[in-house]
Amino acid sequence: MDLSSQLLQLLFSGLTLGSIYSLIALALVATYNITGVLNLAQGEFVALGALLAASIYAAGLPLAAAFLVSVALIAALGALIERSVIYPARESSALTLIIITVGLSISLRGLALLVWGTEPVSLPAFSSGGPLLLGGAFVNPQTLWILGMAAATTSGLYIFFELTYTGKAVRACVINRTAALLIGINPGTISLLAFAGSGAIGAAAGIFITPVTLATYDMGFMLGVKGFVAAAIGGMHNIRGAVLGGFILGILEVYSAGLISSGLKDAVALIVLLAALMLRPEGLLAISGRKV
Amino acid sequence: MLEIKCLEVCHGWVQALRGLSFQVVRGEMLAVLGLNGAGKSTLLGALAGLYKIKKGDILLDGESLSGKPPHQIVKLGISLVPERREIFNSLTVIDNLLLGAYHRYRYKKNEVIIDVVKIMDLFPALRGKENHPAGTLSGGLQQMLAIGRGLMARPRLLLLDEPSVGLAPLVTREIMTTLAELKKTGVTIILVEQNTAAALKVADRALVMERGGIVMSGKPRDMMENSRVQQACLGRTRAVQPAAAL
Repeated sequence: MDLSSQLLQLLFSGLTLGSIYSLIALALVATYNITGVLNLAQGEFVALGALLAASIYAAGLPLAAAFLVSVALIAALGALIERSVIYPARESSALTLIIITVGLSISLRGLALLVWGTEPVSLPAFSSGGPLLLGGAFVNPQTLWILGMAAATTSGLYIFFELTYTGKAVRACVINRTAALLIGINPGTISLLAFAGSGAIGAAAGIFITPVTLATYDMGFMLGVKGFVAAAIGGMHNIRGAVLGGFILGILEVYSAGLISSGLKDAVALIVLLAALMLRPEGLLAISGRKV
Repeated sequence: MLEIKCLEVCHGWVQALRGLSFQVVRGEMLAVLGLNGAGKSTLLGALAGLYKIKKGDILLDGESLSGKPPHQIVKLGISLVPERREIFNSLTVIDNLLLGAYHRYRYKKNEVIIDVVKIMDLFPALRGKENHPAGTLSGGLQQMLAIGRGLMARPRLLLLDEPSVGLAPLVTREIMTTLAELKKTGVTIILVEQNTAAALKVADRALVMERGGIVMSGKPRDMMENSRVQQACLGRTRAVQPAAAL
């Protein structure tokens, strides 16, 4: 394989990884702006969604049904967590809320370890057939599924936030929580919606990557960290920035692992985070005073 | 219509309202005057459900508002236009107005759209800017939008917190004229203002607050010449010059 084909191959891998980071970052940013809670348990939604779907599929349900049931259950779990843990502590400081989500993350990982053990589980690829040759690079069809799902989710969220009345009400909560209260929006309902939505997005991301990466009880931790880095790169107040940050991180990781050393993969995320915080702490796409 | 009984509100250890009691009748415009820190904004915040009531009660047509969250109070018919406008900057003018009718939009969409047209008639300066992001409007237009958004809830009682703050005298006069027009339509209004002359010109009745309590109330005409009012509202003893102030 010549260098250009190798670079293209790495680009596809980077885009795939980046799309997953983008989705996690997007859910993180949306939840943070709506509720004020930086949910560091977001990665666990990814892991639980994947593990649950694998179990449901193993129990004999079709893959599509396993996907839908798992996404619905993790969305319900997100809503349950919001109502039982986050909502009662909503008046607490930001630090307290972060510590609560760290505790949640550890608890959910422990629960996954008890239920699924340490062995990785898998799901079949969503479509049959071998790798496709695109411009000299071999692309796994599942990669296209992942990219398609990321594009569909991002577009769906864009349509929701820009074109629907409920989406604009959610944006109103993000822009000015007090003013949103004064026009009659119940922030509790919006917060519930945010956690349920982030659970669903996380679960969907986990299910789509499982045929490529397999799923383990602890996969959510690093994914959550990478999602946070992506959000920090793009700006914690900017959904478009979160998506861009995810792709930048994914591509940088894959290129550094492929061209320099695979051991650098995780270090790159931390180097990029440090660089982003030092050079542009407000995020790449942040516009002064503008949220969402 | 509105009855406030021995209302006490605290901000932490600081008592912001000290046993406030007064009534507002339907269709009345009540001006609440006083210096910074007198408790005027806290009073409006308590009426809108933003602050917890420590003691006393607020009754709207006999129904207690004590302990009710802001979104329920909006449904009951109280709408607060806060100081500094608090509009949704990155949303368009139309979106801001439509969101003002949040509690009834799903069930009465056509009625809400008619109301948007009425707001545009009330504030013609907003015409042609329907699709502009609200944050790009001038201060005066933002204030008009904030009042329009408050009216979109079809309130029985409209609370206005310093609508003239930071505005040019000409814009202030335009807004006060609109408020006088609104009063004629039967909307009950509580107007908190530091621009004493402007408020007294449009109000039916006024009360003066100092250190969380009411120190005086009466007809605007009587208040205009009262040196105690000047002391409480301006921190000095000088009669208000209505013509100059507006």
